[in-house]
Amino acid sequence: MVNSGDSQHLVVIGGGMVAQRLVEALRARDDAGRYRVTVFAEEPRAPYDRVGLTRWFDEGPEGIALGDPALWADPLVTLHTDRKIESIDREAKTVTDRLGHVHLYDELVLATGSNAAMPPIPGNDLPGVFVYRTIDDVAALRGWVEEKRRSYPEGKPVRGAVIGGGLLGLEAAGALTALDAQATVIEFGTHLMGVQVDLGGGQALKRLINGKGIGVRAETATSQMKPHRRTGHVGRLDFADGGRLDVDVVVVATGVRPRDELARAAGLPVGERGGAVVDLSCRTEDPHIWAVGEVACIEGRCIGLVAPGNTMAEVVVDRLLGGLAEFPGADTATKLKLSGVDVASFGDAHARTEDAVEVVWADPVAGVYKKLVLSDDARTLLGGVFVGDAGPYASLRPMLGAELPGDDPSAFLLPEGGGGAPGLELPDDANVCSCNSVSAGTIRGAVTEHNCTDVPGVKACTRAGTTCGACLPLVKKLVDTELERAGIEVSTALCEHFEMSRAQLFDAVRVADLHSFSDIVARFGQPDSRGCDICKPVVASILASLGNGHILSGEQSTLQDTNDHMLANLQKDGTYSVVPRMPGGEVTPEGLITVGQVAKDFGLYTKITGGQRIDMFGARVEQLPDIWRRLVDAGFESGHAYGKSLRTVKSCVGSTWCRYGVQDSVGMAVELELRYRGLRSPHKLKMGVSGCARECAEARGKDVGVIATDKGWNIYVGGNGGQTPRHAKLLAEDLTSEELLRTIDRFLMYYVRTADRLQRTAPWIEEVDGGLEGVREVIMEDSLGICADLDAAMARHVENYEDEWKAVLEDPEKLRRFSSFVNAPKDADPSLAYVEERGQRRPATEQERASGVVIAGPKLEVRA
Amino acid sequence: MSSDDMSEAQVAGTTLVSDAPVRWERVCLLSDLFPERGAAALFGDVQVALFRLPDASTAPGQGADGAQVYAVQNLDPFSGAHVMSRGIVGTRGGVPTVAAPVYKQVFSLITGECLVAADKTPKGDLPPNLTTYPVEIRDGVVHVGLP
Ligand SMILES: Cc1cc2nc3c(=O)[nH]c(=O)nc-3n(C[C@H](O)[C@H](O)[C@H](O)COP(=O)(O)OP(=O)(O)OC[C@H]3O[C@@H](n4cnc5c(N)ncnc54)[C@H](O)[C@@H]3O)c2cc1C
Ligand code: SF4
Ligand code: FES
Repeated sequence: MVNSGDSQHLVVIGGGMVAQRLVEALRARDDAGRYRVTVFAEEPRAPYDRVGLTRWFDEGPEGIALGDPALWADPLVTLHTDRKIESIDREAKTVTDRLGHVHLYDELVLATGSNAAMPPIPGNDLPGVFVYRTIDDVAALRGWVEEKRRSYPEGKPVRGAVIGGGLLGLEAAGALTALDAQATVIEFGTHLMGVQVDLGGGQALKRLINGKGIGVRAETATSQMKPHRRTGHVGRLDFADGGRLDVDVVVVATGVRPRDELARAAGLPVGERGGAVVDLSCRTEDPHIWAVGEVACIEGRCIGLVAPGNTMAEVVVDRLLGGLAEFPGADTATKLKLSGVDVASFGDAHARTEDAVEVVWADPVAGVYKKLVLSDDARTLLGGVFVGDAGPYASLRPMLGAELPGDDPSAFLLPEGGGGAPGLELPDDANVCSCNSVSAGTIRGAVTEHNCTDVPGVKACTRAGTTCGACLPLVKKLVDTELERAGIEVSTALCEHFEMSRAQLFDAVRVADLHSFSDIVARFGQPDSRGCDICKPVVASILASLGNGHILSGEQSTLQDTNDHMLANLQKDGTYSVVPRMPGGEVTPEGLITVGQVAKDFGLYTKITGGQRIDMFGARVEQLPDIWRRLVDAGFESGHAYGKSLRTVKSCVGSTWCRYGVQDSVGMAVELELRYRGLRSPHKLKMGVSGCARECAEARGKDVGVIATDKGWNIYVGGNGGQTPRHAKLLAEDLTSEELLRTIDRFLMYYVRTADRLQRTAPWIEEVDGGLEGVREVIMEDSLGICADLDAAMARHVENYEDEWKAVLEDPEKLRRFSSFVNAPKDADPSLAYVEERGQRRPATEQERASGVVIAGPKLEVRA
Repeated sequence: MSSDDMSEAQVAGTTLVSDAPVRWERVCLLSDLFPERGAAALFGDVQVALFRLPDASTAPGQGADGAQVYAVQNLDPFSGAHVMSRGIVGTRGGVPTVAAPVYKQVFSLITGECLVAADKTPKGDLPPNLTTYPVEIRDGVVHVGLP
């Protein structure tokens, strides 16, 4: 029962990740509505995924949204953004916000997090010196770098430095290089990531970081930052050893300071190195004030990780609801989120435990360093460091404190496939996802009790893997094992006629060089069967992708869905719609007149599609050839709107007309559309090209999005609209037109060959080994050695393209398919009925048919 | 047009439809039908979907060359459109089938029974199963028996 008279007011200061978790947990558990909660956030937005901050550059704010926004619409929850709390009055039990408003509380939670620390280096307040903590910080950083670049002559690089070689500093350096600035990391200690990895790991890490084009200066103290003579912006770093570095931008990432100013002013005890001191129940000295997250000094220290903060949030909620939960200690496992650089550590990485044994495996050439820290009997796992290959991290981390199976722990460190590490059966209470505290048991339960059958389902059900993603490989393994055990076969069989998945069948057909359904089903399918509506279109698509002649030639025609069979899109009343290709959305006035005249003569309803072309509805089977003859004569060709194939390449008007355009987006869109037209694929394919970063073509909502830059083109992949919209992610930057085509060629062919039936590019990328990074390795670094093959396949496609409709019009045998009735080939379907609406006709509804308002039957006068 | 310009070939009794009175209609030449695809035929207001399958041993309308032809209603009960003739033919557990092209329900060509409803219900109060019609092939000409 919600009874506002009785309910207590919980005030949370700070709108960060931990505050969000606290409110979520409270609303999930406080069924009785005992607490109303008000959150005061200093930042001008709802809590977001700070851990994923670097993703903001690629994905924007929605890429780092956190949790279900419905939380903030809950009637018992109020969120005030841009509303810093200035003081606490413990006597009166009130807080005062920046506007001077006073709010009463019954219980108060400090969740104010940390500030990025700013070391007292002279010049640290110069313009161009940034920290890396909030969305505002990264937005300002990007603006600065872009502004610098604009002010420089073409080709002169923007030079960046990051002070601090820890986890955060490396992420920031990665962000700088992603912004196309040079980056040098300045580290005071002996090696990078000194908190997490030992010297050996640090050295391997340095090689990997250098390999990313990032400079590293270890054992270097910065003595001052000097302004540029002319601009007054930061211009140079001076080091204690006399060295110097010219810079245009500096990111300081030397650590964080808990934001305990409110606690101090309220007279609450703070730790030696800051932070509001709390006991294991997360309560401060004041029984009504709690502290959680980075601001809490628990067990004598503040912890700069989200997982322990979330645990504290759960503890406080439990206590507020009368429970006795206690903070169980922190899991400080960490993994660097810098693409292409694998670093992870957990537990006692520095082997500080007495008599600890270290097992090290290193391959200095490849930049790989792996270490396990074990108890003196070399059995119990105490910690580990992984550089260059974090493969074992996901499965070993949950074994922290447990005995490793097998006799030889070094087996766990050998490269994958090199040694056969004993299978790890995680105990149910092993913590698999540290960000969200999800145990192996919970993940298993999601499959066995909540009927989840795949990783996305388990993610939604348990939250595992939804924050930093480091645990996903392990989650997938657990889910697969559990599904297998439950006898739920993760069947990839197409249907009862083929046991293979689409990708397997594609390879089989390609390698065996088969060209007909009969041969394929005889060789790879259920012998003596004739397939069905599931496998036939798949085989049709495979044959078409492999270049097997016209889709209506011979036996192939029996495999086509009605859309492909009639080369038009079936509509609800059994008529079809017709879409001529208008590459890049470009159409001449004459073309428009032809389309208009055809639509008028055949009484077709016309509408502009989302893909920048014109759709004409209501064409009957027997009319299709007459319609197309006129379109083809006017120079149009099939738009393949009916196929699982390339649909359109949408474009903005680009540099030819637009004031802001930096490249010819229409020209590129036309080129792409003409190149990939007719390419049959596992699902429909859409592309877009924008002429500058303003992105008017909404290219990132497409499977392949191309956005012009000063230097060329950025390519994004895996976007789509529809029921589960996705933003495309950055695959490569500043490509020349030629590189762009090659990259798209390979991306599309790799997708066409390996995706599942009806799988669009976004879920496909997720399933490729290594995700987007894996795709990049295959198509840009040729890690599988198949690029030449992919290139050749695309070249064949381009060369063999023919207009499907033109070919039909030239072949009487194919034309014969377009008759309405075998005994009355030109008769219209008598059941069709239309009414007029807004000046055009549309199918009559059931009621309209019954009431007789129908204006036209199928036989609208036709002037063909 | 429609059935009027075809001379009606009334043929007496067949064993396949014992009690229902049957009016046999000439439809087309067997060679007018594409193997493993459907075709619609029009008799007044009645639309029939014909499917020619590759040869087998026993079938309703078996031609001299072993070809077999099935006929069902052309009306797709799940969409209300007359489109069954444009579905993909195939088999489910050995039974020859056609899949509705609109919402992909699967029907037995032998009995007309809806085998896979694909989470849909028929439109209005149409029955989910298809009416079937007897077919005979005489001297290379396809005949359909209408009630
Ligand atoms: C780039 C980056 C990468 C990271 N990567 C990882 C990682 O991989 N793994 C990991 O575990 N952790 C990582 N972290 C750390 C993680 O983000 C933090 O541990 C986590 O966000 C802490 O949550 P919090 O709620 O305690 O604090 P915050 O998320 O910092 O939230 C505190 C909020 O309170 C607000 N606030 C402060 N004072 C007031 C006031 N007086 N009134 C109102 N509002 C106030 C602040 O503006 C802030 O929005 C990373 C952090 C960054 C910046
Ligand atoms: S994306 Fe850029 S070039 Fe294209 S229309 Fe918009 S502003 Fe102009
Ligand atoms: S460990 Fe970070 S999401 Fe699971």
